[in-house]
Amino acid sequence: MKILQEFINAAQDPVIYARENNMEKKKKLIGYCCTYTPEEIIYAAGAIPVRLFGIKSGIEKADAHLQAYSCSLVRGIMEDALLGNLDFLDGMVFPHTCDTIQRLSDIWRLNIKTTWHNDIMLPVKLDTQSAREYMEDAHAKFRRELGAWMGTEITDDALKQAIALYNRLRSLMKRLYEIRSANPEALSGRDMYAVVKGTMVMDRKDAADLIEKLVAELEQKTPPVQGNARRLVISGGICDHPEIYDLIEKTGARVVWDDLCTGSRFFEGLISEEGDPIKALAARYSNRTICPAKHASLTLRGDNLVGIAKEHKANGVIFILLKFCDPHAFDYPFMKKMLDDAGIPSMLLEVEQELPSAGQLATRFDAFIEML
Amino acid sequence: MSEEIKKDAVPKVKSIKKMREIMTAYYIDAKTARQNNKKVAWITSGGPVEPLYVMDVIPVYPENHGAMIGASKMGVGLCETAENMGYSRDLCSYARADIACSTVNGGPIGGLPEPDFLVCSNNICGTVLKWYEVQARYYNVPLFIFDTPFCHTEFSIEARHYVEKQVLEYIDFLEKMCGKKFDQDKAREVLDYSYEGQRLWREVLETARSKPAPLSAFDAFFHLALIVTLRGTKTVVDYYTELIDEMRQRAADKIGSIPNEKYRLLWDNLPVWYKTKWLSDKFASHGACLVADTYTSAWCKQLDYIDKSDFVKSMVDCYTMIYLNIGVDQMVDTVKGMVEKYDVDGIVMHSNRSCKPYSLGQYDIQRMIQKATGVPSVMIEADMVDERSFSESQIDTRIDAFMELIKQKKG
Repeated sequence: MKILQEFINAAQDPVIYARENNMEKKKKLIGYCCTYTPEEIIYAAGAIPVRLFGIKSGIEKADAHLQAYSCSLVRGIMEDALLGNLDFLDGMVFPHTCDTIQRLSDIWRLNIKTTWHNDIMLPVKLDTQSAREYMEDAHAKFRRELGAWMGTEITDDALKQAIALYNRLRSLMKRLYEIRSANPEALSGRDMYAVVKGTMVMDRKDAADLIEKLVAELEQKTPPVQGNARRLVISGGICDHPEIYDLIEKTGARVVWDDLCTGSRFFEGLISEEGDPIKALAARYSNRTICPAKHASLTLRGDNLVGIAKEHKANGVIFILLKFCDPHAFDYPFMKKMLDDAGIPSMLLEVEQELPSAGQLATRFDAFIEML
Repeated sequence: MSEEIKKDAVPKVKSIKKMREIMTAYYIDAKTARQNNKKVAWITSGGPVEPLYVMDVIPVYPENHGAMIGASKMGVGLCETAENMGYSRDLCSYARADIACSTVNGGPIGGLPEPDFLVCSNNICGTVLKWYEVQARYYNVPLFIFDTPFCHTEFSIEARHYVEKQVLEYIDFLEKMCGKKFDQDKAREVLDYSYEGQRLWREVLETARSKPAPLSAFDAFFHLALIVTLRGTKTVVDYYTELIDEMRQRAADKIGSIPNEKYRLLWDNLPVWYKTKWLSDKFASHGACLVADTYTSAWCKQLDYIDKSDFVKSMVDCYTMIYLNIGVDQMVDTVKGMVEKYDVDGIVMHSNRSCKPYSLGQYDIQRMIQKATGVPSVMIEADMVDERSFSESQIDTRIDAFMELIKQKKG
């Protein structure tokens, strides 16, 4: 499918894509590595937010700055930066995420010459009035600082347009997920992955336009007779591995939804288009499905995962956790227990950005899926 | 070891006995709190404890418990129990040991008294947030989160307002938990004791500026328990007053913490609790004394931010600006200051798998300090509680090589 090719190109080498695709547009490019980045403000300022995924193997230079017990995602991003691959970025923003990304920001600031470096200190707890107010203040502060650096005022109108675009983008992406949940044969896991990842480095308007076409095309397809493929949900941080989807599909199972930072956590939660845009944005970032580095309630992430599994009639859940990712590793036991209590089987796969052999993975997936 | 250490060469520190008595009494109080109609709150080591003392709540520190578990070499067993519960081996060993200890009848003091509520400040790490969520689910008790935005390069006005509001929310929370009003007079008294305790703790540590140092970082690891757990009480003030006298006397009598101090080193990061004696002896065998450390001194750095006339503001500044909540370059400034203050010949950095905010950035700190001061450092890869991450022979060799370098440098 031609529409898909653009996403596939972007996802295959996001760094090269972001750099080259932007040459004609000449917009400023702002790097980030966490979905709590208020992309809408960056877009409203006339820049493009570029999510970083890091080099997956052959990490050497980063070893001089980060211990081996930092996750491979952060080490890979640092390696990319130290190699000069990210010199094209005009700015880099670090929303407060986890302990490792927190220190990555410091190490980056002290070693990498990015024109603009910004730390967005969001609240960690999200369930109190003062935290919500601070969320607004932090967004307003970021708007002010980004505008000052770019020498432009980020107007309410510009913010509202960006919000409308992101609402459109997120709704379309969700629609795509829904099509796939209804008819898992409509789009392969690998392709779905490319759409999500590609979007995160493309000009978001281009991405939205393309997804709209893709949705229209897929909606015309007549769904095949309901097969008996096992339906799976993936839960974790990022899953930057198309191979994983291939291996799962080889067993005959299909991934029908996810609880990933590069997935539903990116598109769930629309922004109110009424009233003050900063307040509306802050509300979205306070209410969206949380990442485990944030606190909203003691069981929210488990409730959410069980809810997803039930809604999409999943036969099982695969936790794909990045080794050394503390927030996810702390949540795993209670989330697994909540799935157990709901009668939903799950398996845990701990990976690094560089995957183990396909054979090894296939064996584990086969064993789990056979049991469902 | 290259030299035989004569244990008798250094007379015992008399205060140690008293310290043990105080800590024993404290834990008995905590364990019998229910009988005495007192509430128990679990709190993180960097958490705002003063309001708890104002409200007569007994603060209990799972991290102090973690240190005891490590020191009594019970860490591996408890960590393995947590791993069997599904917690990854890569997670903080304090958290693993504590989570496991809650589910078994064990640990060095037979487990901690159950909490009535939990107070978690993320000024030391994001791990405590997750750890306290686990415990709040397990004990089914309220959790108050004191959220202190990280200060990479600034403590913004916005963040300041947020933390200020939380101090008031915290007081409201405590009034609800305890069913009584927050007493402002008592607050002033507790803040005074807290200030005085920290001021004295700083003086205790600064006695190590004498040559030879009457007190080493290993001694400080021991005496630290009071400023952590009883900060805000008169007990701390009395104890450290006596300890200072004893240390000053030892300094005057030229009694060093180790028998023959030739080299002075700085320790960075948490102690390796199960190997303090081994490490202390190892360095002593080279005539090296760890005269200061970035860890125990973190409990007096807040002094600079206490405004005795303003309780709320003091809480805001003290608890947001602590050592682990600031950028790597500000940490470098602190280390540089200590290198000069204690006239240090080298730095021993514990790269601690359990503590990412403390350890990530150490490589850069190492380089920046070397560049600014010329003082060399050595990195020891280990863990504060989980002994499986300690390779004795490797570390032994590394320390020997480092001490050779120091000797050549200093002559």
